[in-house]
Amino acid sequence: MSILVNKNTRLLVQGITGNEGLFHTEQMVAYGTNVVAGVTPGKGGDWVLDGKIPVFDSVRIAVEATGANTSVIFVPARFAPDAIYEAADAGIELIVCVTEGIPVKDMMQAYSYLDQHQIRLVGPNCPGLLTPGEAKVGIIPGDISFPGHIGVVSRSGTLTYEVLYALMQEKIGVSTCVGIGGDPVNGTNFIDVLSLFEEDPQTEKIVLIGEIGGTDEERAAKFIDSSMTKPVVGFIAGQTAPPGKRMGHAGAIIEGGAGTANEKIIALQKVGVHIANFPEEIPDLLG
Amino acid sequence: MKLHEYQSKQIFAKYEIPIPKGRIAETADQAKHIAKELATRVVIKSQVLVGGRGKAGGIRLAKTPEQAAEMASHILAMEIKGLPVRKVLVDEAADIDSEIYLGITNDRVACKPVLMASSAGGVDIEEVARVSPEKITRVHIDPLLGLRDYQARDTAAGIDLPREHWRSFVTVARGLWQAFRDSDATLAEINPLVITSSDKLIAVDGKMLIDDNALFRQQDIADLRDLDAEEPSEVEARRYGLSYIKLEGNIGCLVNGAGLAMTTMDIIKIFGGEPANFLDIGGGASSEKVSAAFRIILQDKNVQAILINIFGGITRCDEVARGILDAIEDIKTEVPIIVRLVGTNADVGKQILHDANMITADTLSDAAQKVVAIVNGG
Repeated sequence: MSILVNKNTRLLVQGITGNEGLFHTEQMVAYGTNVVAGVTPGKGGDWVLDGKIPVFDSVRIAVEATGANTSVIFVPARFAPDAIYEAADAGIELIVCVTEGIPVKDMMQAYSYLDQHQIRLVGPNCPGLLTPGEAKVGIIPGDISFPGHIGVVSRSGTLTYEVLYALMQEKIGVSTCVGIGGDPVNGTNFIDVLSLFEEDPQTEKIVLIGEIGGTDEERAAKFIDSSMTKPVVGFIAGQTAPPGKRMGHAGAIIEGGAGTANEKIIALQKVGVHIANFPEEIPDLLG
Repeated sequence: MKLHEYQSKQIFAKYEIPIPKGRIAETADQAKHIAKELATRVVIKSQVLVGGRGKAGGIRLAKTPEQAAEMASHILAMEIKGLPVRKVLVDEAADIDSEIYLGITNDRVACKPVLMASSAGGVDIEEVARVSPEKITRVHIDPLLGLRDYQARDTAAGIDLPREHWRSFVTVARGLWQAFRDSDATLAEINPLVITSSDKLIAVDGKMLIDDNALFRQQDIADLRDLDAEEPSEVEARRYGLSYIKLEGNIGCLVNGAGLAMTTMDIIKIFGGEPANFLDIGGGASSEKVSAAFRIILQDKNVQAILINIFGGITRCDEVARGILDAIEDIKTEVPIIVRLVGTNADVGKQILHDANMITADTLSDAAQKVVAIVNGG
């Protein structure tokens, strides 16, 4: 067991013929992910990766031909919202958007649409998901983790890799790692993933990696208090971040004095979450 | 991206929001001339991209054109929170009967824009939100439908606005929503929205923040960017696609990924050092990008050592190592550099750096301790 992606995932890659899309498709296939199709409008009929993966003109045709149920989006920011709507309208159940830099107005509209249609989006501006030994959907390196019982959820990219690597050094395996993304509006938040981990029999403990900005960590703390039985270990990046400055991620900004690392750490500690000072302390805290 | 008050109000005016008559002056003479034209009391307002201008003495009332000149010359010589005042707005002074706050921003929890209003206008709204949140009326706007007129009327009623002003209030709220939507704003704020003694609504002050991710389709607004009002090194970094923020410490940081860059700053602090900057070079680590990053970090004369932390993942570390050496060759710096690389071919990458007499580290805490030791050990 695992959450969201596994051996039964039938993955479609939107933007498969672009540089990023093609490079990461190769990585995902090499990992053993069941990539069934790619979409690039105007390139239907082509094949990529030595004839292994068929390319279609639209998501609808790709779904009809291959039964794809999950999509990962590598389309540039100005076209990515359209790619999200296209996947949603074609009946894709899980959409993972790696693309960074989508205007927040477009994401609020897309979120509203997906919410009305009950379709799950992970991202945007996220590294995607990794269920070690089964499927890699996105750009998380496959060789820094192995199957196990720790669920990982994070707002970051390379910081997530750092944590997976620290776990691997101490021989701790992972059930699923979910990168929810660093934008102010994202399709899936901490609470969504925590509740999936709570119900997943393979997951025994959870690592939550947050950062400054917004109140997602504070809301996660309330949820942990009211609804979680499994232990959670946390790490929050940005203790030295100055207010009012966007720290790379569009969502990582302390606004009006709210969203500081300290507030988040206190909220999580209050509900029994052990907080690591830096990533290498996480394995110890998992005990 | 922040807009100046005068730029925000010019956008508001396009959407039927009444604003005071006024113009921008860059000299005392121009201010005097504008005051003479307006032929009434004027307010001289510094145009800098920080809050608290009034408290800092950057907003003054002038009764005559001569007084306007005198005050403009005073304000144009000021620095407010470190930013030099280069322009003043000379506005007709309003006869204030009462003041309202009206703003639209994005609610990250609801994933929707939210219209906020308060009868306690003209003051720091964040302070109102902290001390007496019940004084703020909020209504969420459906991002697909937009603000409906009834929502604006409900808001007017919610802040106990007299009925005779509802119609003009709805016009202003609708205009503010359209300005927010069309400009890809993340904040559009009128504070205060003044009810004059002749019963008119007028947007006396305005503020807009624009979504940086949307500037590609907001060329007119992107052209308004006031580069004079920003940290020059941050402007240069943006040109190279780097995300850089200058801080007060002496340890330069060069990292791939925003979350990891913040973590690197934090761990330096934990081991007793002070980070000089946030710098995210994004995915990959080409020698061009690393060179540009070095140049920008080294412009800060406080920097006594640099910590490079690259989690390559799929990126090959031998290529990153060569990129770093090329960049150092290019920059020719004496500042000590500590490198920590993880990812494919990390061992080869480390060997390349060793051979070039660079200091390497295996873990993030090891790297942080080494760099702090160098700086603190003199």
